[in-house]
Amino acid sequence: MGKRTVIPFGPQHPVLPEPIHLDLVLEDEIVVEAIPSIGFIHRGLEKLVEKKEFTEMVYIIERICGICSFGHGWGYVSSVEGLMGIQVPDRAEYLRTIWHEMGRMQSHLLWLGLLADAFGFESLFMHVWRLRETVLDLFEKTTGGRIIFSVCKVGGVRRDMDKETLQSLVKTLKKMKVELEDLTEVFLEDDSVKNRTVGVGILTKEDAMECCAVGPMAKASGIAHDTRLTGHGKYMELGFQPVIETAGDSYARTVVRIREVYQSIDLIEKAVEMIPDGPIDVPVKGTPPKGEFLMRIEQPRGEAIYYAKGNGTKFLDRMRVRTPTFSNVPALTKMLQGCGFADVPILVLTIDPCISCTER
Amino acid sequence: MENRSFLVQEFHPLETGMIYETAKDRKAEGYRLVQICASVVPEGYELLYTYDLDHVLLNYKVTMPVDEEIMSITGVYWSAFVFENELQDLFDVKFKHMDLNYGGHFYTTNEPHPWKPEPPETATESENEKPEVKEETEAAPEETKTAQEGDA
Repeated sequence: MGKRTVIPFGPQHPVLPEPIHLDLVLEDEIVVEAIPSIGFIHRGLEKLVEKKEFTEMVYIIERICGICSFGHGWGYVSSVEGLMGIQVPDRAEYLRTIWHEMGRMQSHLLWLGLLADAFGFESLFMHVWRLRETVLDLFEKTTGGRIIFSVCKVGGVRRDMDKETLQSLVKTLKKMKVELEDLTEVFLEDDSVKNRTVGVGILTKEDAMECCAVGPMAKASGIAHDTRLTGHGKYMELGFQPVIETAGDSYARTVVRIREVYQSIDLIEKAVEMIPDGPIDVPVKGTPPKGEFLMRIEQPRGEAIYYAKGNGTKFLDRMRVRTPTFSNVPALTKMLQGCGFADVPILVLTIDPCISCTER
Repeated sequence: MENRSFLVQEFHPLETGMIYETAKDRKAEGYRLVQICASVVPEGYELLYTYDLDHVLLNYKVTMPVDEEIMSITGVYWSAFVFENELQDLFDVKFKHMDLNYGGHFYTTNEPHPWKPEPPETATESENEKPEVKEETEAAPEETKTAQEGDA
């Protein structure tokens, strides 16, 4: 056995946009154990539900994170709608599905850019983020916001898209798809990129199940778990099937996210074809009754939980948000065991950590 | 048949002494641990253990006094350490035999156990600071929320 050394990684590190700390126990250059610590910026937003009315709380929940804010808003309002037994109009559910998939696209493109930056491919990083701007522009055009959208409300959505807007959305995404194909080739075929991802940080299917991994982490290890299969939104009508890879390494996680971007474009195209005319919201009367509802949304990083507990007043008793990165922390520690010290930054990045979500 | 499994909301009561055994049974059946969360109730805490099998959730509710110590399930689901340490740090829920115990240092908080229910004598003072809770018959009209809409 070699000499053991403990190297602190983070909470401030060039590869981390947000703070998380790992104590890496090394034997020579090999990581034998990784002990994570979080909570450097924990905000306790869940507690605010005691002081914000259930209709206002959506503004807080959306601000948990600037990357998956639409999904957070949708998860929250769906949990309250479930609690109150509200049936949302079909058109609103289609619009939510379209915006959520746009959110997934911009999140995955952001991650791909960060990955390129982490292994030193600066021009690739810039090209990917240029494409991401296209999606943010579409968000601005359809919701008025680029980061926080505030279009989801209990009972439906606040904004509609007319036929011309929907058609121009599809047209822009088709154009973007062509540009994305060039970048995909670099991510998946370029030797210098593959050297840093193929066979690195393998999470086996058994380990992924043992660690209760979610999202692309689980899907890249062969686990077909995706909460879009639970029937919320309009995913079943769109014929959704999850993207699965089996290698379990950093390359497989990259492939899953890239394929999910293409899949999101396809889902949006289908949704635009199928979206019915009709109202985009229903009036909300009364307050959430005593009871509880647990909603799940497939965020770009995986399954997120929204647990709403009502007490018959306009203030909920409890709002619990369990975010995917929080669930993937055990899988990260498992994945780091046995890897080289130089691969740690890439591996930490391949779980696509969102500490803002984790520190809700 | 249309799959609407997200509408299945099963909540079963569970005794504190059965937490570990139940976790073992669910693990043997192939369930995945989804989350553990705590709420403050008059009796102390209400813990919610959520498991998933084939996209259907199964929830167990455990009601317990504030000072009771319960069995950790990290021996069954190792990944439960993130949830148990979170509950320990924020609520002061006490667990026995945790596989990975940060001893209150998983989260960095300004004060220890910020969400632990206050003892009755101090709770009365802070109750006065809370907004008045009224039984509403109708939610406030959305048109009055223009200030928040402007945030977008």
